[in-house]
Amino acid sequence: MVEKESPYKKYLREERLPHIFCPGCGNGTVMSTFFKGLEGTDIDFENVAMVSGIGCSSRIPGYAKCDSLHTTHGRALSFATGLKVGNPDLDVVVFTGDGDAASIGGNHLIHAARRNINLTVICINNNIYGMTGGQISPTSPKGSFGTTAPYGSRDMPFNLAELVSAAGASYVARWTTTHPLQLSKAIQKGLENDGFSFIEVVSQCPTYFGRKNKMKTPLQMFEWIKENSINKRRAEKMDEAELEGKIIVGEFANNPHAELTDNIKKLAEENSDKPLAIKSAFEELD
Amino acid sequence: MVEERFVQGNEACALGAIAANCRFFAGYPITPSTEIAEQMSILLPKYGGSFVQMEDEIASAGAIIGASWSGMKAMTATSGPGISLMQENIGYGFITETPIVIINVQRGSPSTGQPTMSAQADMMQVRWGSHGDYEPIALAPSSVQEFFDFTIKAFNLAEEYRVPVTVLADEVVGHMREKLIIPDDIEIVTRKRPEKVDGQYLPFDAPCDGTTPMPAFGDGFNIHVTGLTHDERGYPDTNDPDTHTKLVERLCNKVLMHRKDICSVKKENCDDADIVIVSCGSPYRSVGAAMKKAREEGIKVGSLKIDTPWPFPEEEIAEIAKTASDIIVPEMNLGQIVHEVERAAHGEANVHLIGKIGGILHKPDEIYDKIKEING
Amino acid sequence: MIIIDSKLCKGCDICIATCPKNVYSKSDKVNTKNVYLPFPEHEEGCTKCGLCELSCPDQAIYVEKEVE
Repeated sequence: MVEKESPYKKYLREERLPHIFCPGCGNGTVMSTFFKGLEGTDIDFENVAMVSGIGCSSRIPGYAKCDSLHTTHGRALSFATGLKVGNPDLDVVVFTGDGDAASIGGNHLIHAARRNINLTVICINNNIYGMTGGQISPTSPKGSFGTTAPYGSRDMPFNLAELVSAAGASYVARWTTTHPLQLSKAIQKGLENDGFSFIEVVSQCPTYFGRKNKMKTPLQMFEWIKENSINKRRAEKMDEAELEGKIIVGEFANNPHAELTDNIKKLAEENSDKPLAIKSAFEELD
Repeated sequence: MVEERFVQGNEACALGAIAANCRFFAGYPITPSTEIAEQMSILLPKYGGSFVQMEDEIASAGAIIGASWSGMKAMTATSGPGISLMQENIGYGFITETPIVIINVQRGSPSTGQPTMSAQADMMQVRWGSHGDYEPIALAPSSVQEFFDFTIKAFNLAEEYRVPVTVLADEVVGHMREKLIIPDDIEIVTRKRPEKVDGQYLPFDAPCDGTTPMPAFGDGFNIHVTGLTHDERGYPDTNDPDTHTKLVERLCNKVLMHRKDICSVKKENCDDADIVIVSCGSPYRSVGAAMKKAREEGIKVGSLKIDTPWPFPEEEIAEIAKTASDIIVPEMNLGQIVHEVERAAHGEANVHLIGKIGGILHKPDEIYDKIKEING
Repeated sequence: MIIIDSKLCKGCDICIATCPKNVYSKSDKVNTKNVYLPFPEHEEGCTKCGLCELSCPDQAIYVEKEVE
């Protein structure tokens, strides 16, 4: 008998539902789009290991029915690097947010991209620190309000997709929660790419970003994101003034090149007559 | 076949790690520990292992924890500022019960301090450096041979108790060259793995002083590992006082209640001693000569060397304090382990510190002079 | 057939905004958490595209695609 429930629920730890996300939070949508993207690949869900840092988006792995490592703030990519290098056969996926990846974890982000390590990073960018109650983040738009920017943010925000592309990632895309089909496709491509894949998802935080910025309901935020999204190809023909406040969506990099764990494996093959060591902790000495 | 070599301490450490089946190293260059990373980068590819130079020490500590959950024996090495940066992720290692080995080749501090000079100023940092209640295991080598042996032992203890273990070396031990004997019958502890995927396995369910077997990611157990307070399934449960108390008490008990199995001291001439020199790490190297000179003059001096500063060998110190009138503690700081000795001695013996900073090891005569001063 | 899991729905209304055929409306029924649930008022217009299932942040929507 087929259970009459969401087709994405089977991937979740049912005993932990409903999840902690606020009503209308985009995190749940990103979870489903991830599973849809995964279904488009040959990857076995049993072989997926998720890693995350701290923040609302980093709670996602805790709901997925696979091995998951919920680590320290900003450091998910360091843990993921160890996990992937330790066992390159695992499909390692990192869920992170704008504060986690771009602020406290910014250095790890650019270095993981530089190494082109085969990880799929899904960065849910809601332009605010949600878990701590609405502080301004490194991607908050200029002029937006947060509890630590009561007069409006005057800082220049990061353009994450551009940043990570410049750092050397081999696949980079940006979509929003209002583009779930395009987003699933980008996640699928990211999972299939043999290198560092970064998918930025602009998402709504109605509870904090919305409330502080005159968009009190999830739908108002949802509509705001939808209306301001512009496809990259169209954006390329527009000038800076026209692009002010717009969310450029599309593919930013698709440039497969040498990958870290392959390089390590080759180095071991050139220097040793043994296969690459994995799971050495369980191994008895000869 | 037993192998004899003449090597630097840091090289001995790397050889010990390889012997213990460590096949993953992540690190960041920092004096005086860098040679360990360099040696691992040479050795690991020859053993099919993986070496990654990370972007900083925070990332290095994170990477070895990730590698440990992939099923690898994993290590990092650092010093001074680097060990400070690692503290948060080391705490994560404690709450998630992740076996990792951290080598701290101590140098003059605080801050950037004296990169090329020796110190024992991190004795308390390894104990209390990360926030929260936890019970660390640390081993302090005093020779090149011990740096090799204790690195292997660190891996064994890490696997046995599923904890981060630190080797608290110092610049003297790290940079000196001595004879190293590599035995042919090295005992190593392998990780206990849950037997089968049957939905019954709980990754954090153990008796109040125990540990559970640990699968690797990809073994099919679908486990959730978090730094949040968690229940026996590994699921966050952060508002229940009982869950937190049960978890953290168990994390402490699994080390404290096995103190006798973990602690190691080396006693010499203690039976009749009036004065006992309690040392740890490099200063032990100057104890023998001072003790010999004093004994030749008829002063009954003994030595107790602490191999494992953490958990602290309370019983052994208490026992010494009952028979000796005075205890001398030479350490390369302004007084850290001496407070633990005082606490364990319960006022039954007078405890004297020879605290020395600046980067130079105690000379035997500095210890001898203290003996003479006490002896009157 | 469209089923909304009232235990999981948090009443965000994203399904109402997402559906290209405007199938959903807000109902006057609340769940145990006092959330006003959506309901498929115009189910006859449903093309079973699955966009609501995919967009629902709470994995609370099931759209029966075909009888197996």
